[in-house]
Amino acid sequence: MTATVEERQRLNCNFKRVQSVFDDCMADARRHLSPAGIEAYIDGASSVYKTGRGEEPVLVFLEEIPQVAAQLGESVLEEIVAFTRTLAKSPNSKAIPHFLQSLGAAARALESRQLFTEYLNLVIQTAIRTSPKVHGIDAMYTSECLPDFLDSVPHLLSLLSLGGLKKWVDYGVLAYPNDPEHQKEYFQLKTADSRAVIQRERHGTLFTDAERKLDLYLKGLWLHDVQFVPYSLDFDEDRKPIPYLNEQGLHLPDVYDDLPNGVRGIDRYRAVLAHMSAHRRWTTPLIADNLSPFQRMAVEVFEDARVEFLTLQEYPGLRSIWCKLHPIPNENLIMDEDVSYIRHRLAILSRALLDPKHTYDNPIILKYVARFNELMAKGNTKTFDIQLLGVQFISETKVASDSSGKVYFNNTEIEYRDDNRMMWLFIEEGDEETYVERPTPPAEAEDEFKVPPRMYPEWDYGAEHYRPDWVSVYEHLQPQSNPAHIDQLLAKHSALAKRLKKIIDLLKPQNKVRIRYQEEGAELDLDVAVRSLIDFKSGAQPDMRINMSHRTDGRSVAVSLLLDLSASLADVPDGCTQTKLELSQEAVSLLAWAVDQMGDPLAIGGFHSDTRHNVRFWHFKGYKESWGDEVKGRLAGMEANYSTRMGAAIRHAGHYLGHQKADKKILLVLTDGEPADIDTSDPRLLIEDAKIAVRELGQEGIYTYCINLDPKADEYVADIFGKHYAVIDNIARLPERLPQLFMSLVK
Amino acid sequence: MSATFDINQYKITKEPFYQAQSNEVALYEAAYNARLPIMLKGPTGCGKSRFVEHMAWKLGKPLITVACNEDMTASDLVGRYLLDANGTRWLDGPLTLAARHGAICYLDEIVEARQDTTVVIHPLTDHRRTLPLDKKGELIQAHKDFQLVISYNPGYQNLMKDLKQSTKQRFAGLEFDYAKSEVEIGIVSKETGIGTDVSTKLVKIGEAARNLKGHGLDEGISTRLLVYAATLIKQGIAPRDACRMALVRPITDDADIRDTLDHAIDAVFEA
Repeated sequence: MTATVEERQRLNCNFKRVQSVFDDCMADARRHLSPAGIEAYIDGASSVYKTGRGEEPVLVFLEEIPQVAAQLGESVLEEIVAFTRTLAKSPNSKAIPHFLQSLGAAARALESRQLFTEYLNLVIQTAIRTSPKVHGIDAMYTSECLPDFLDSVPHLLSLLSLGGLKKWVDYGVLAYPNDPEHQKEYFQLKTADSRAVIQRERHGTLFTDAERKLDLYLKGLWLHDVQFVPYSLDFDEDRKPIPYLNEQGLHLPDVYDDLPNGVRGIDRYRAVLAHMSAHRRWTTPLIADNLSPFQRMAVEVFEDARVEFLTLQEYPGLRSIWCKLHPIPNENLIMDEDVSYIRHRLAILSRALLDPKHTYDNPIILKYVARFNELMAKGNTKTFDIQLLGVQFISETKVASDSSGKVYFNNTEIEYRDDNRMMWLFIEEGDEETYVERPTPPAEAEDEFKVPPRMYPEWDYGAEHYRPDWVSVYEHLQPQSNPAHIDQLLAKHSALAKRLKKIIDLLKPQNKVRIRYQEEGAELDLDVAVRSLIDFKSGAQPDMRINMSHRTDGRSVAVSLLLDLSASLADVPDGCTQTKLELSQEAVSLLAWAVDQMGDPLAIGGFHSDTRHNVRFWHFKGYKESWGDEVKGRLAGMEANYSTRMGAAIRHAGHYLGHQKADKKILLVLTDGEPADIDTSDPRLLIEDAKIAVRELGQEGIYTYCINLDPKADEYVADIFGKHYAVIDNIARLPERLPQLFMSLVK
Repeated sequence: MSATFDINQYKITKEPFYQAQSNEVALYEAAYNARLPIMLKGPTGCGKSRFVEHMAWKLGKPLITVACNEDMTASDLVGRYLLDANGTRWLDGPLTLAARHGAICYLDEIVEARQDTTVVIHPLTDHRRTLPLDKKGELIQAHKDFQLVISYNPGYQNLMKDLKQSTKQRFAGLEFDYAKSEVEIGIVSKETGIGTDVSTKLVKIGEAARNLKGHGLDEGISTRLLVYAATLIKQGIAPRDACRMALVRPITDDADIRDTLDHAIDAVFEA
């Protein structure tokens, strides 16, 4: 039905292309909307037109909105129009067509009016937050990212919930605040972190989360041990890959959603693995050259059914999962002349072979199911035995339309089966082009970085999540210098060393532990003896183990000392004649000497950073290394450079400390300033990250303690380390204070 | 006291069911004829103790079993003086009893005992066959029927709890493992009277778990647990529930393994 004259007048829009589609749009709208809704619809289109942004927004509005209104109720029209007006008045009016275009997908994915309103809020927030700000004034400049974001929305909402989408936006906004180019790429889904955040936020069972279970499943039930190779379904829009097996291992999708019929993602994985493992166990390859493609398809169906039949002998419970995942094609489909139904026919056959409760009554299907069951009942079948069935099935059911180019695909895809590529041997090479991936020569490694970097996450306090693999930490062994220098320093502090030695002797392990209930021991355990005597007097069997002995309990403390080697360490503080670096050297030497005297394992490391891509971690002393010239030489070579990215260094030192076998693990951080780096403008960010890093270590049982040389440290140090810190105001006394602090900690 | 002691209370009167996995019965008999001490190795619940009971019954000898633990001292094996109204009196420990009266002494899970405890068995296990009771000042010459049998599970104990070489090298060893599936199916059915269709499935689950040993499981599901599960099923408990309760929950706290084994149960027992 065409649009009436009144309706055209009401629309009041003279664009030719709008006029030409208006009839069709109205026909669509009448199907979905009430008369009042129609009026609102036309008024809406008219006001979109009046925003003066050309024909494109009007066209998109007319096409998309009836569906949206039908999904969410007609009152949504008003909201959309109001929102469009707001957008038109803002600098982001160019995004209007993108916005209108995204509504259909958003309505379908969100399905609720409330969520839809939240989506509109998200759009406006995104626009504001990605607009460049000058002198703190926003709403002046166009957001470059908004159109890209809106274009990505349909894809994103097919993977993420609205909450996930919000987090994804948050990440993009916060990760690139001063880098519009990268931000744009993020919203275009072009960057790796953009995809990584999608993976993290998406619903369903992720392969990485389930990998161990799947490994155990294969080992336990199938005695197989293969490599898994996950692939992503996100980036092949046209042709979704299906699971397959080749020399590299089992290729599986990286995520499976739970299905509405109650099959969990993990069970979908197991269904795939069971099917492929059955192939590995029972399928022997056939020569493909003798068979036509259709024959091969049929043989594959029978072979799939055969291995599943054999599996079900052992694991009958799998049938229910497989049946839920197997499509049930409609036997009484009305068929077109020129469409090939070969896949449909084979899917029916496959269903009938798998599910004994099927309802098909096609005599040929039934006949072949009976023949198959007869063959299987005989037992001891081979792949080769099944070949004949497949070939005969094709010759018996062949119709002319089978070779038609239009193939009927609906409801024929059996998602848990692989593509059976391992089942066929091709003797003659096909005339298809072969792609051989040339091995690319490994890139020349930079000489300076000997060990590959370790990647650590960083906590983004604004977005309240980790930025995955954000910081690269490179490890180095500190080059040697003259060890005599350290000996000189120690000699200078010989008086202090003597005093420390006294404290150390007091600290040495001597606490005794009683071993009770000994038949023979060093002394009588009076409690037990009395109890025994009472037992004896009252006529009961007395316990003879009335002695006890002692043993000394060993201390078990592992210490890691982490030095901040940032450039500020080269300063000479007020009232001192030495740089902080020299003072630290003295203090650390004394501490290392003292700890060595006590016999506790101690590691010394230092760090500085030059952006997140280059955090250097310098090793001075390992836990097992003794306090000798080599270590002294390294300490003498200490240098100050660059900035202080503390969180990654704490995580790195904690990583090693966590592997120490000790009852108590202490990480001492010696620093002279707050965490900062040149690629981070927000001073809170690295402080919050360090705080989280300390908390992470706390959860692993590592006690972190900070010794701070910054007189103004009170502003931030408690935020990071809680109560575990000491600020040393008189830096000149550091060499004395550091070992004392340590000893008071472990006393 | 020892004059009135009746060793026959340790005799096994009813035949304990034991399904031989191989020629271990003949090997044991030969070792007993020569009175060689025997060491039984194998995972928990595979039938070591049952085998000893069976052999004791078969040979018609009394069997004294000691379950070893960390707190056990040499006196717990050998005996001790007790205080009495009139002074003290000596009480034989299980090892002394067995040596005196000619029983088979079975020290179960010997590595659980401290190493200084286990050395008291040394003089009994070589050509001397004597047991000195130093506190009492007596040297017992072992009865001609006496034999010492120990069991241990090399699998789960830690490095600290291994037998000394000097102890190990006094024994002839028999290695046990979970029975082959056909045999194990027979064992589960015979023990519980359950049909072989169910016991076949139970054994299937047991094998799945044993394949996971070393991948988060210290030990696979033992034959003993399979018997428990079968007993529960026999009482009318749904097989899936019985298996979860008897086979999975006891052996693991690892969520991934539990999930995998639960799935194995669902795959084997159709709902």
